[in-house]
Amino acid sequence: MNFYATLLVALKALATNKLRSALTMLGIIIGVAAVIVMIAVGGGARAQVEAQIKSLGSNLMMIFSASASFTGARAAVGAAFTISEDDAYAIARELPEYVVAAAPVLRGSGQIVAGGANWSTSFYGVTPEYFEVREWGLAEGRAFEAAELNGAAKVAIIGKTVATNLFGEESPLDRTIRIRTVPLTVVGVLDAKGQSPGGSDLDDIVLLPITTARNRVLGTTAVAKSRSVGSIQIKLIDGVDGKAAEEAVRELLRQRHRLQPDQEDDFTLRNMTEILQTREESSRVMALLLAAVASVSLLVGGIGIMNIMLVSVTERTREIGLRRAVGARARDILLQFLVESITLSLIGGLVGVALGIGGAELIAEWAGWPIRLVPTTILLAVGTASAIGIFFGWYPARQAAHLSPIEALRHE
Amino acid sequence: MSLIRVENLAKNYRLGDTEVPALRGVTLTIERGSFVAVMGPSGSGKSTFMNLLGCLDTPSAGRYWLDGDLVSQLDDDALSRVRNRKIGFVFQHFNLLPRTSALDNVALPLLYRGVKAAERQARAARRLAQVGLAERSGHHPAQLSGGQQQRVAIARALVGDPALILADEPTGALDSRTGIEIMTLLQELNREGITIVVVTHEHDIAAYAGRIIHFRDGVVVDDALNASRDASADLAALTAVS
Repeated sequence: MNFYATLLVALKALATNKLRSALTMLGIIIGVAAVIVMIAVGGGARAQVEAQIKSLGSNLMMIFSASASFTGARAAVGAAFTISEDDAYAIARELPEYVVAAAPVLRGSGQIVAGGANWSTSFYGVTPEYFEVREWGLAEGRAFEAAELNGAAKVAIIGKTVATNLFGEESPLDRTIRIRTVPLTVVGVLDAKGQSPGGSDLDDIVLLPITTARNRVLGTTAVAKSRSVGSIQIKLIDGVDGKAAEEAVRELLRQRHRLQPDQEDDFTLRNMTEILQTREESSRVMALLLAAVASVSLLVGGIGIMNIMLVSVTERTREIGLRRAVGARARDILLQFLVESITLSLIGGLVGVALGIGGAELIAEWAGWPIRLVPTTILLAVGTASAIGIFFGWYPARQAAHLSPIEALRHE
Repeated sequence: MSLIRVENLAKNYRLGDTEVPALRGVTLTIERGSFVAVMGPSGSGKSTFMNLLGCLDTPSAGRYWLDGDLVSQLDDDALSRVRNRKIGFVFQHFNLLPRTSALDNVALPLLYRGVKAAERQARAARRLAQVGLAERSGHHPAQLSGGQQQRVAIARALVGDPALILADEPTGALDSRTGIEIMTLLQELNREGITIVVVTHEHDIAAYAGRIIHFRDGVVVDDALNASRDASADLAALTAVS
């Protein structure tokens, strides 16, 4: 008896018991769909974190002035910061074994006006190091020139979001924007970066030369009178020990700030990349956990198949006996029942994949969670389903094949 | 040469620690084209004998030649092949596949012989016509009467052109008139040359055979030729009465 005939016999047996076949498949369908949804959601969460790491620039460390809150928004007005532009240069100079570049950043926020349009956003006074540290290029236009930095020129580079909101589809290059009362010429547009780890829009930003920001825009505040800045962003050398770098930077700053051993730091250090890597790690563990839980339902589905196949073997004992009497070999019977269980799990697996993909898309659509569907996941799910069919179908099929024809024929 | 030859055929069953003899040395031959009834009370060994003749079981001792081949020492796969090619079974309870058409039921043995679908169908249709059920080929067993079901089963037994038809209480589940119809059919087939062995405990049924073998306690106690009754005549008489 050839395989094709066996397949037909098995399919016919399944078709004559449609409801039972469908219910048996349900376990596998749910299992596979659950695994796919869970892996998609878990993968999506990881993909998001990975994108965030990329958007921040790798090996990013941040130093915040003690008086600044995490975002620095409030401190821009009023009190002077405890860290300065010179701290940034000192870090770059003194710690070349850890640091690629250190960028002092002076932050402010306010209404930005261009013609009839206005937009409320944050602006940052930066030096050329900023672009290096954040691994940020320009989509249009040019970077600040040395003369502009030295002379506090009235120029600005704006993010995609700002450009769109102020100028729409038109090119913002050489157009004028006003922050507070200062008119600035747009010389460049930054590459789009998307969302920050905190969920805010990284492209909602205006960059000015640090001198311009200090002397012209924030000119009236205490900030202008010193060289202090709200934060320093540092790019560490690839592969350096983050903890050691942190200690070195801390030590240097404490020295420069003349802090006594019993005094607390007047700044805060954050290794952004490490924070994100921790988050990535935890999202990976979470994804694994979700997949593991979903796998349990797949296992239960497999046991369901075994259950039904065992019932089926008992119920069809006389049929098995008859088939043996008219010439079916033990292996023909084995194959028939094995093909039945594999067919059940394979069809269940395919339906589960379809349902899983649909479910993941729905979650992405309605809950707004990021998902990531990988073809290998789908192949894996279908493969696992067939493996379950073989594994859990084997025992019932063997039971069927090893029935004595006489006993089977006599079975009531 | 005889179709069936058995020598000192014996079969023991294990019941716990003890060996229980079911068949204790049977020697006989059955000629081609004969119609034999096997009789005996339950426990006489007649069922065991049938199972051995049908290659559904292997003997504990002794030898069995079927159609010239020694089949008593064959392995399970080879026995399946013998059953498929040389033996047609008819059972008391028909043993048709449920929710499967009469045609597909009849064709089943050919499936295990690797015959192509078109030929399977053609041969099955021919045999169904032979038992008078040509127009019922699409019916499922549940849509057929007991007598019709047994006819389908006989067509299934015939489809592989076997050397031997083994019928185990073929009328046991039927009323007497239908039983006589089935015996009429078996006698017709026998006249066409097919060897038939019927196991029965009913003397009325055994009376249609040309030879009756009696079993008791695992041995043959009586083996005699019989002036077989004509089942078709009995059927005609029954029809005339009613």
